Amino acid sequence: MVKITFITQENETITVEGNSGSIMELAVNNTIKGIDGDCGGVCSCATCHVHVAPEYMEVVGPPSEIENDMLELDDNVTEYSRLSCQIPLKETLDGIVLKVAN
Amino acid sequence: MDKSQLNDPFEKARLEKGIGHMNDQGDPVQMLLRLKDVRKAAHQWKNFQSGGEDIGRIVVPSEEKIRDIRQIPFEVDPPEHGEYRALVEAWFKRPLEDEYQEKLHKQIQSLIDRVLQMDSVEVVSELALPLQSRALTLLLNIPYEEAETWIGWGTHVFRSEDTALDGDKANILYKYIDAQIDKAIADPGEDLYSVLLDADFQGRKLTKEEVKGVMILTFAGGRDTVINVVTNTIAYFAEHPESLNRLKKEPEVIGKAVEELVRYFSPLTHMGRVVTADTHVCEHAAKANSRISLCWASANRDASVFEQPNEVVLDRKMNPHVAFGFSHHKCLGATHARQILKTLITVLADKSPEISILDAKENIEDLDQFKRKVGFNSLHVQFKYTT
Repeated sequence: MVKITFITQENETITVEGNSGSIMELAVNNTIKGIDGDCGGVCSCATCHVHVAPEYMEVVGPPSEIENDMLELDDNVTEYSRLSCQIPLKETLDGIVLKVAN
Repeated sequence: MDKSQLNDPFEKARLEKGIGHMNDQGDPVQMLLRLKDVRKAAHQWKNFQSGGEDIGRIVVPSEEKIRDIRQIPFEVDPPEHGEYRALVEAWFKRPLEDEYQEKLHKQIQSLIDRVLQMDSVEVVSELALPLQSRALTLLLNIPYEEAETWIGWGTHVFRSEDTALDGDKANILYKYIDAQIDKAIADPGEDLYSVLLDADFQGRKLTKEEVKGVMILTFAGGRDTVINVVTNTIAYFAEHPESLNRLKKEPEVIGKAVEELVRYFSPLTHMGRVVTADTHVCEHAAKANSRISLCWASANRDASVFEQPNEVVLDRKMNPHVAFGFSHHKCLGATHARQILKTLITVLADKSPEISILDAKENIEDLDQFKRKVGFNSLHVQFKYTT
């Protein structure tokens, strides 16, 4: 099981566990506020935007071009922005902290 | 095998110029055809506005002559747009609730059971319209029986068979909504009318006219679009039974299939904006107070983003389509629409009927430079149990 911590816009800290699927799916299954995942994870809605804690950015990696195009026009974009539907859950992410962007 | 196909009439213009032209009732429209341009313009609300004084002008064909009520939040720009939207956002997410989904499933299952008993079914009027109308009772949270009134209006809220815009038909809807608002004032309940009448906006209650603006949007925005998606979906599965079989065996693909079918069908071809100051769109001049449109249907076939754009790839993984619009004004009813399509596919996959197309009359939109098939005026099919 991989432990993921979300910090919502209201500064609520929630740690949840999962072992498959994407970070977005994990967040939606645990009703993390601000992660809607409207499109189910095909990179079309940008309702799963998170800021990755800087020390984890290398493990998570940069967004693809298509994801980047989506992020470019979303609110609160930083160099640590990712759409969580595009981050598959994996062992190396254990302990990661993600701030919900909107 | 090509009745369910929706061709891309924009390809040449999209590649060569990036824009198209449409003369709409003497008020020309420059159509943006590339995905990136469409998304950028949708985002830049200050340059390309939805509000403004000319109510109905951002719709193509323009509804300026048949409507003087502002649709809300659709014809309002930020920051007021966001304040209005915040009032209704949670309500329009109710399709994610279990109870809503169970009721919708029951509605759709009973409709499919019914058409399975019929020798031949005209999908637009006998399946898509009742399905859309009944589902709308859930979105508004009003009694199921009310759908019969809306079914009686026919398939189009603003359009007749012989004319693209029909003021008389629109008036039926406006008068109906007026009466429902008065009813909710006299006897408030837990329906959308009552919720809106009770909502606080900028330290006051919404006016009747504002409530009417939200309701017109809810009725008009989700009628032709949902009817086209349902009808096109039936036509698609009639010609692709292997797809239905796959979704029966792999239900986990249904979510992606919903997005892909919506991309492919793009039930709303485009939506307009009014240019606020002289500028450029895709390197072409756009004058202040002229109109542009964001052509979702073209953007969704942009080969620079979508591989095999003219194919339905049920499990398409990266699918940044704009079928529900983009940015501030993205479709408020998208959650409801997605749930309808997901449920329809689930029920169809479960029953796995053989669907044969008996007769089809295409609905072709005349966009001047382009003619686009958006669905069907009528589609006769036969459903048969295969087991």
